[in-house]
Amino acid sequence: MANGTTAVPGQTAQIDFYNVKGKYKGILSWLLTIDHKRIGLMYLVGVVFFFLTAMILGVFMRLEMLSPGETLMKPQTYNSLFTLHGVIMVFLFIIPSVPAVFGNFFLPIQIGAQDVQFPKLNLMSWYLYVIGAALAIISLFSGGGIMDTGWTFYVPYSLRTTTNVSLSVFAAFVLGFSTILTGINFIATIHRLKCPGMTFFKMPLFCWALYATSWIQVLATPVIGITLILIILERFFGIGVFDPTLGGDPLLYQHMFWIYSHPAVYIMILPAMGVVSEIIPTFAKKPIFGYTPIAMSSLGIALVGYLVWGHHMFSSGISDTSRVIFSLLTFLVALPSGIKVFNWVATLYKGSIEMTAPMLFTMLFIFIFSIGGLTGLVLGALNTDLHLTDTYFVVAHFHYVMFGGMGIIFFASLHYWFPKMFGKMYNEKVAKVTAYWIAIGFNTLYFPMFIMGYNGMPRRYYDYLPEFQTYQVISTIGSWILVSGILTMFFNLFMGLKNGKKAPDNPWGGTTLEWTISSPPPMENFETIPTVTRGPYDHTYIHGKEEKLMQ
Amino acid sequence: MSKPTDTASASEEIHVVHIHRDDFGSKMGMWLFLFTEILLFGGLFILYAGYRFIHPDGFAAAAAELDVLMGAINTVVLLTSSLTVVLAIVALQKNNKKLCFFFLWVTIACGLLFLLNKYFEYSAKFHHGIYPKGPALQDMSEGEVLYFGLYFVMTGLHGLHIIVGLAFIGVVMWQIKKDLITSTNFQKLENSGLYWHLVDIIWIFLFPLLYLIH
Repeated sequence: MANGTTAVPGQTAQIDFYNVKGKYKGILSWLLTIDHKRIGLMYLVGVVFFFLTAMILGVFMRLEMLSPGETLMKPQTYNSLFTLHGVIMVFLFIIPSVPAVFGNFFLPIQIGAQDVQFPKLNLMSWYLYVIGAALAIISLFSGGGIMDTGWTFYVPYSLRTTTNVSLSVFAAFVLGFSTILTGINFIATIHRLKCPGMTFFKMPLFCWALYATSWIQVLATPVIGITLILIILERFFGIGVFDPTLGGDPLLYQHMFWIYSHPAVYIMILPAMGVVSEIIPTFAKKPIFGYTPIAMSSLGIALVGYLVWGHHMFSSGISDTSRVIFSLLTFLVALPSGIKVFNWVATLYKGSIEMTAPMLFTMLFIFIFSIGGLTGLVLGALNTDLHLTDTYFVVAHFHYVMFGGMGIIFFASLHYWFPKMFGKMYNEKVAKVTAYWIAIGFNTLYFPMFIMGYNGMPRRYYDYLPEFQTYQVISTIGSWILVSGILTMFFNLFMGLKNGKKAPDNPWGGTTLEWTISSPPPMENFETIPTVTRGPYDHTYIHGKEEKLMQ
Repeated sequence: MSKPTDTASASEEIHVVHIHRDDFGSKMGMWLFLFTEILLFGGLFILYAGYRFIHPDGFAAAAAELDVLMGAINTVVLLTSSLTVVLAIVALQKNNKKLCFFFLWVTIACGLLFLLNKYFEYSAKFHHGIYPKGPALQDMSEGEVLYFGLYFVMTGLHGLHIIVGLAFIGVVMWQIKKDLITSTNFQKLENSGLYWHLVDIIWIFLFPLLYLIH
């Protein structure tokens, strides 16, 4: 596959990994598999299911906000809804979405390996994910009812509330364990299984992003693990470390929580940035501009991302000195993020851009993420944050970066790698329409929240003053547009899966290793382990010639 | 099991399972896992540092309640067990299975002795009403309450790790017996040894922080 050999579409004789007969048959061939591709697809099923579930919860929240006062539900129900929406989206969708689904499927292929370093551990991570999800679901129907603390589980309220906090928190702990094991697996895979010639600086940028992400997962997740365990112990035994009546300090809880949860924000966004760095050179038909800076900025974001957690606590009563320092460090994160955005745009410059569906989603990402990133600076500055903290401005900001970042890129990855994963093509016209549809819905839903927040609309309230109604109604209408767009998109992909025509091995003209093997990949990714001689995005000679320079 | 008669399906059988032996990679995975363990306890050490800074007097008073001799004995016991794990690895490398088993049994005995000691310490504390929300804690200052809260969480979590470590060593012994771990393929034994050292090292930090600083 090296030295410019081309993979001829449709002529690979190997049997794809769906149809290979293994030790087990039927459903067991999935549940007991240690194949990274099958595990990735099993994650995909879970992740999409929970995304749709939490999306429906979000729709109900927007319906409640349609008019002031009690529209649809009691305040307690609303509290449970935003808690569930947050917990499911963060722990069951965003964090595992790109790394566990596409990372599992494509990381080994992109570095020329047959599987991850620890295939059995990989399956165990999936089972922990399922167990965590099951515990979260059980917690809804047992104990004191659905948790109402918000996804941050802030003490002392999470110690006092009679709702079922302990089990939900334990579910989050198990899910954290799952991501830790995935992180360990990916780091070891990248260090040990790169094919001959694949040096660190010849790796596709998606692998670099996963590498940085995995380190954050390994080094940050244990801190939330112990914090969540302490909440459970505090609730059962009253050890006192977070309980103000026994001398505990709730501020310390917030520190411990954000020491993990701020780096977790980069667990969510870095893999998405990695996917963008894959899609843009493929469809601009140009080598990526600034490979090394993009790779290094992933590590930079991971590093600086560790040191900024205090910006979640500007109004919690931490000292002025620490607030100024945290604010300064927060601005520093904008540098590596800016490097990435500028390099992506520079890659597009003078490229022969092909506006396919994945590319459209990626452009949407850059637009939305820029708004989200810049409003992040507004919140990172001390003075403006004190005005905007705990308002809809914050809600709008993190939906622009989280949903606009990871969510939209999850859609982009689905469209980009769909032909490779399933060997089928979807209807691209419909896919393009849904990209515009989602763009309109997204901005109609979340942009009014910036204005509402600036005018003082607090977050997490089920009620509001009448003057906000115009914005709230626009926002709710936006949620209908967005949700119908997303459902159409999934329906289109589903139809592609069912009736789509067969996809060629390299439908987009990508140059990384996954496009050199058949679609869908054979059980053994590579008949012989490839030898790599050049960088990942060598589109130099593609103009006017049929020859593709594969990695 | 009957072989598939169809020749086509025979060629479709997976012959290569994606598991290859890579001792260095396996050790790397273990070290990464140990990082996560250190950070897990790291969270508790942060809390300890924070509360010690706020309540130096309460912490000193509460620490005086602990039995330094018991702690010291347990430290010696754990350090010895770390040594015997290393000796077990060396014995296996020299293909002396019997000696390897002897050292592993000593390790397990040390682990159990540690737990036994801890049990006596805990029951003495419980007897005096010192446990979360216990009667003795009602009259104590905030610093002392926090100290004992942290004491039980930190030593309790550490004790849990001892139990897990013992289970690891037990599994490894079974595998040595079945010749799944041999003098040329001993990475699993080394990994469980690494885990045991981590448990030991955490105690090395817990002992002075909880027992010695008055």
